[in-house]
Amino acid sequence: MKQTISFKLNHKTTTVETDPDRMLLWVLRTELGLTGTKFGCGEGFCGSCTVLVNGQVERSCQLPMNEVAGAEVVTVEGLAEDGELHPVQAAFVEHDAMQCGFCTPGMIMNACGLLAKNPEPTRQQILDSMDNNLCRCGAHKRIVEAIESAVEATRKGVEP
Amino acid sequence: MSRRSREFLDYLGIDPPSAVSRRRFLELFGGGIVVAVSANDLLALQEAPARRRFARQLPDDFNAFVRIGEDGRVSCFTGKIEMGQGVITSLAQMLADELEVSVDAVDMVMGDTDLCPWDMGTFGSMTTRFFGPPLRVAAAEAREVLLELAAGKLEVPREKLSVSDGVVFDATDPAHTVSYAELAKGQKIARIMNREAVLESVKDFSIVGRSFNRRDAVAKVTGEAQYAGDIRRDGMVYARLLRPPAHGSELVTVDASGAEAVEGASVVRDGDLIAVLHATPDGVERAVARVKAEWRTPELDLDQDSIFDHLVEVAPAGEVLDQGGDLTAGIAAATASMSATYLDGYVAHAPIETHTAVAEFSNGRCTIWASTQTPFPLQSQAAEALGIPEEKVRVVPPFVGGGFGGKTYNQQAIEAARLAKRTGRPVQVAWSRAEEFFFDTFRPAAVVKIAAGVGEGGRITSWDYTTYFAGSRGAEQFYDIPNHRTVAAPEGWRGGPGTHPFATGAWRAPGNNTNTFARESHVDVLAAAAGIDPVEFRARNLTDPKMKRVLETTAGSFGWKSSTAPSGRGQGIALGIDAGTFVGLAVEVDVNPESGHVRVVRMVCAQDMGLVINPEGATIQMEGCLTMGLGYALSEEVRFSGRRVLDTSFDTYEIPRFSWLPEIETILIDAADQPPQGGGEPAIIVVGAAIANAVFDAVGARVFRMPMTADRVLAAIPKETPS
Repeated sequence: MKQTISFKLNHKTTTVETDPDRMLLWVLRTELGLTGTKFGCGEGFCGSCTVLVNGQVERSCQLPMNEVAGAEVVTVEGLAEDGELHPVQAAFVEHDAMQCGFCTPGMIMNACGLLAKNPEPTRQQILDSMDNNLCRCGAHKRIVEAIESAVEATRKGVEP
Repeated sequence: MSRRSREFLDYLGIDPPSAVSRRRFLELFGGGIVVAVSANDLLALQEAPARRRFARQLPDDFNAFVRIGEDGRVSCFTGKIEMGQGVITSLAQMLADELEVSVDAVDMVMGDTDLCPWDMGTFGSMTTRFFGPPLRVAAAEAREVLLELAAGKLEVPREKLSVSDGVVFDATDPAHTVSYAELAKGQKIARIMNREAVLESVKDFSIVGRSFNRRDAVAKVTGEAQYAGDIRRDGMVYARLLRPPAHGSELVTVDASGAEAVEGASVVRDGDLIAVLHATPDGVERAVARVKAEWRTPELDLDQDSIFDHLVEVAPAGEVLDQGGDLTAGIAAATASMSATYLDGYVAHAPIETHTAVAEFSNGRCTIWASTQTPFPLQSQAAEALGIPEEKVRVVPPFVGGGFGGKTYNQQAIEAARLAKRTGRPVQVAWSRAEEFFFDTFRPAAVVKIAAGVGEGGRITSWDYTTYFAGSRGAEQFYDIPNHRTVAAPEGWRGGPGTHPFATGAWRAPGNNTNTFARESHVDVLAAAAGIDPVEFRARNLTDPKMKRVLETTAGSFGWKSSTAPSGRGQGIALGIDAGTFVGLAVEVDVNPESGHVRVVRMVCAQDMGLVINPEGATIQMEGCLTMGLGYALSEEVRFSGRRVLDTSFDTYEIPRFSWLPEIETILIDAADQPPQGGGEPAIIVVGAAIANAVFDAVGARVFRMPMTADRVLAAIPKETPS
């Protein structure tokens, strides 16, 4: 049975008519035209579909729409503001922290979720919180360096 | 031949295959200056096997188009694709350097079979080595054309002109200038490169050899970069196919009524394909699960442990790849003889993007957007499957989400194309993770047997090496051994029917990971038998100056401490050659003596790859190789029972994670006077052996089988004998 579900998507109120047990990933990709969030395994193992829901890191392939109702969802498309890359995105570019780029949106969303909760993580905390996001090309070293540099940039930006 | 290639030849009045007007040509290319370059000998050589395989004439027209448009922008049309290896940047750099424009002025058009010259595919670390030189020749020719035009326009002799950032100027009067855009305006010049262009010499490079960030990075961090699964067409449906439970299973009965009962789902058959269609990907997944089918699966008594005996049994007689001296004399001269058998399991490509394609069939033409390393072979395959001429098939490769040798067979794209033709609607086929693990062309399991002897002064006196199904790549040893023989059974790594229970194929540096693991492990076995430090032992047995330099650089940068293994330090070293590149790796490991778990703490890798086009890109590839290599060395092994693949996702098939990340240091040895060599694969070949040698150094455990799982390491740790 389709229901009307409203939520905030990338800072805008969005309403969809959908089956409440459909996973957010597919609604984003097929109903809302946001293909930056990727399908990698559909079982929650790889992290390519990571988004932020109410500031928390979530696997959108495992998150039914009824849990999204009323929530605030941010996808990779919602990070840049007025054409300006988010500090984490900018750091990924600066550090060449990707190869094929398929896992990149999930990596960035996971990193954003981490920094929202813990603005100054240690290297070990970064490794721990990124551990369930898989990258096959082996960009791990640069992803960690990019996150560290985003932390640094944010710290500088916050301080007067 | 691509549409552009045909029309280019026609425009030039060369053997026109069809009547195409000048107008048509200009529609395709627009105005400006177009230069095409024919295959050089090297390219012809590498493409010859593909030409036979695809029963298609090698396009003796061109391998590269370069266009300088009327807006001054430079376009490069190449059949190569971008899958993360970074050629979208390095090729643009080469072009920019020859043309003396900024990298930002270059647009790359990649892999589109209508627009780009024919290409066998993107694999084998060949893009820079083989495609780079003709591209540079095309660019150099384009520059000559522009300079000739400028000489006329500025009324200055050609030899007095210089170029900077796309602007030609009179060297004696730098204010007297004309830009490439002005020169190209109103021009309709097409050239085929038929003379040796004067290439820039290394010392004049201003862009090549400098680091550039990835040109696709912004698109990839914003989610704008499109992969095959992101393509949307009007009326597109998602398809899932009925799949067998095991390779070789035969369908006995099928009842698709359950799927048809799912709202919005339909079922179509096309020959052997039984597909469920739905307007959504999750809808089709739900529906396909309701197809009931009964299968007959032939018995096969093989698994990941028994496969090795089977392989040796079914192997054909070997081909001698290399031999010299007299093995008997070599054994007689040895003070210690050591024999061992090295085993390596099946490994999956496991790209994060599963095989995906969208196909659209209309007016007798088929367009396919596919994650593929081989767009032109796919064009031929699709034409054959659809029964239409090749020129009616267009393949457009979007970004590819990882390939590693696995996206060269195009099964998913053919499935999508057949279903699009059958239904008349655009169809997307995106494999599930389980399908990806099932249809993957695994790196073949392989066996290597080595019998070798070491004699006076720690010199290797004999080396008898036989590889079963790891092929010839990396099998030949590079030490100075007087009596030696290298045999590959078979010569390639492909086995005939009855060899492997499922499909196998090329996996990043095919065969070389296995061969280098075996060779470099055994060199350490000999070093230990001779009581000599592994670095010193290699130095004594090497005469090749390039490899000696790689060894010295690797050990020096690592801070190698000379000692006989096992020293308890956990240091290991390995050397190898792949795709023309010489590579050395030293690692430090930490082995838990209770569990056998191996943690790699530090990796220091040095490589001599000749001229480095983009040091940043080359470094990224080395880091990627080293990180990915941890997987095949420590955890990755496809488990199976008969023809059933037991690993279906990342929960049981473990690939490297952030928590495994060692300190990584990479060194590019300065060799700018040498031609560029491969960069996408070499550094991965040394990971297994360096870790195996480090594990031995740490705890005295010699592990002869990859992956070196905790259980296998634990079992190899020598039991303390009660005193």
